[in-house]
Amino acid sequence: MTKIDFKTAGPFIALVALFILGIFVNDAFLSAGNVSNILARSSFIGIVAIGATFVITTGGIDLSVGSMAAFISGCMILLMNALMATIDSLVTIIFLAIVASAAIGGLAGMINGLLTTKAKIEAFIVTLGTMGIYRSLVTYMADGGTLSLNFTLGDVYSEVYYGTLFGLPYPVWVFLAVAVIGYVLLNMTVFGRHCFAVGSNESVAHYSAINVDRVKTATYILQGLCVSIATIIYVPRLGSASGQTGILWELEAIAAVIIGGTMLKGGYGRIGGTVVGALILTLIGNILNLTDAVSNYLNGAVQGVIVIVAVYLQRGAWRAKN
Amino acid sequence: MTNNEMKAVRAHSASGSLGEILCLSSLFAGTVINTVCKFAKHSILTLAASSLLLAVAPTLRAQTIGVSIPAATHGWAGGLNFHAEQTKARLEAANPGLKVVLVTANSASEQANDLEDLVAIHRMDALVILPFESAPLTGPVRNTKRRGVFVTVVDRGLSEPGIHDVYVAGNNAEMGRVSGEYIKERLDGNGKIVVLRGMPTVIDEQRFDGFMLALEGSNIEVLDDQYANWNRDDGFTVMQDFLSRFSEIDAVWAQDDDIAIGVIQAVRQARRQEELFIVGGGGMKDIVKRVLDGDELTPVDVLYPPSMISTAMELTALKLISDTPIEGEYILGSPLITRENAEDYYFPDSPF
Repeated sequence: MTKIDFKTAGPFIALVALFILGIFVNDAFLSAGNVSNILARSSFIGIVAIGATFVITTGGIDLSVGSMAAFISGCMILLMNALMATIDSLVTIIFLAIVASAAIGGLAGMINGLLTTKAKIEAFIVTLGTMGIYRSLVTYMADGGTLSLNFTLGDVYSEVYYGTLFGLPYPVWVFLAVAVIGYVLLNMTVFGRHCFAVGSNESVAHYSAINVDRVKTATYILQGLCVSIATIIYVPRLGSASGQTGILWELEAIAAVIIGGTMLKGGYGRIGGTVVGALILTLIGNILNLTDAVSNYLNGAVQGVIVIVAVYLQRGAWRAKN
Repeated sequence: MTNNEMKAVRAHSASGSLGEILCLSSLFAGTVINTVCKFAKHSILTLAASSLLLAVAPTLRAQTIGVSIPAATHGWAGGLNFHAEQTKARLEAANPGLKVVLVTANSASEQANDLEDLVAIHRMDALVILPFESAPLTGPVRNTKRRGVFVTVVDRGLSEPGIHDVYVAGNNAEMGRVSGEYIKERLDGNGKIVVLRGMPTVIDEQRFDGFMLALEGSNIEVLDDQYANWNRDDGFTVMQDFLSRFSEIDAVWAQDDDIAIGVIQAVRQARRQEELFIVGGGGMKDIVKRVLDGDELTPVDVLYPPSMISTAMELTALKLISDTPIEGEYILGSPLITRENAEDYYFPDSPF
């Protein structure tokens, strides 16, 4: 009898099990519309989680991603609204906002990275601090309310979220592209190998002439860029940003990464697992909405249980091997 | 509605207690930063207060009203802060001997600290408070009352009766009832609807019960109700799933305008705008504008005004500057905002 390698297959088994549960719960689950919705929704957390995979693999952590997303959305909206007065071409305005988003995301990531490496402050504390800063900034920018994108701009920009290519929404294609690039970067480049090394044992990596600080900062910048990309697809969905945007994204991203098989302590990372993890989290929410069998009050409990079971399935065998 | 952040941890957490610890740590970090800023603010305010006192000392003693409300973390609270600041400016301009001190808090414990400062440093004569949470603030407010301060409580009552002198609140049950009656009338007592709720709190229960009571006796079927946490994103995803699940929906009760905005986007994506209409709640300017413009998708709104803080502040000021009796309970109505009267409820400058 072949022994199932739960470590690699665990997340996929969980995904398939949830899928079967979904079909069982409601026929509407398999409808083209629902599947398309699930895939589109999972792209935000998925893209952010791919960046998080790099950070966690090198032994760091980034708690500021949700607030960063809120801040970048706020900046994008303010910039686009301001440019309406001077530039005529709507597409140019959107393009400029995308460039600005990447710049802010990269910069924010670099700040996180530099504070962790050069200032030698714990990643947890640095990103906890920046989390508070970004969220307050966006609340300040919005005066406590919500920043709304100009309607004409919003109509044009909404294509990015709602449009489809060969039947799949654009966000899904972006997610796929980021996943592929992430996979190649992590598993087939020297940089990726350095990430694994730094995560496994920083001192040994340092003695092996790996520039540990540069590797770690690079992962934070990558995370920042991933947040930018996620924000670029997020803004057109509702055309608004507030202090409530992106709440708990950091925890969902980290949960997706861990469910996928990456170890929280670093040294091992799986992009494929992260993608599956993001899908699992979105599926759970969707299934709970499709049925009224579970009391509304217990939604959180169901999600918690499924997350724990998914990770246990995947870790249990690992511990047995060791 | 105003303790979104605290409740969001419990309702949303997919990663159990780690989520709670992390979120509590973030609140702690925010509180630390806030306290540092407040210290600076206090010194400036004390200077301002004492210079004002010196200026008017020979003629009359300056009266001080302390206003303690939740910080502007989301739409409704943003509106609350906006109206509080506007009213403060208006009151101070109209009454030279009156001083209004406005403080905002991110949590119940922070608010309790604010109360102590208002009594000790600003020596307020009257307090207008919208408690972050009823139970933890009851004790501190009672202590404030004992020091001889006139107490006005807004929206969220205290856990014990007899402490407040004046109580100003919206009417959650009526809000639900008005929404239910409109839907019942518009659908002629027959149809299928879906309901999006807020967060699992007392306010949400009151609205929901009021709504269901109004629907009694009719043939309207509530296909399902789910929590959307007074949040646009959740309104969007919940509505998307409702649309996948139910091929026939005649109306949507979104209960809150933030939720309604998410619902509108989901309905437009599914191209089912013609099939249904949405009833929100709160009086957000974007929705009121739609009602004013005669939007078929959002024909009405139901008022639950953050400007109730203005009512409370004006009443309290009246008590301090004149002999007008105002003690009692004021329950503001939740009227239906239609195209005809939307003009009265449209505040384009407000963040809400």
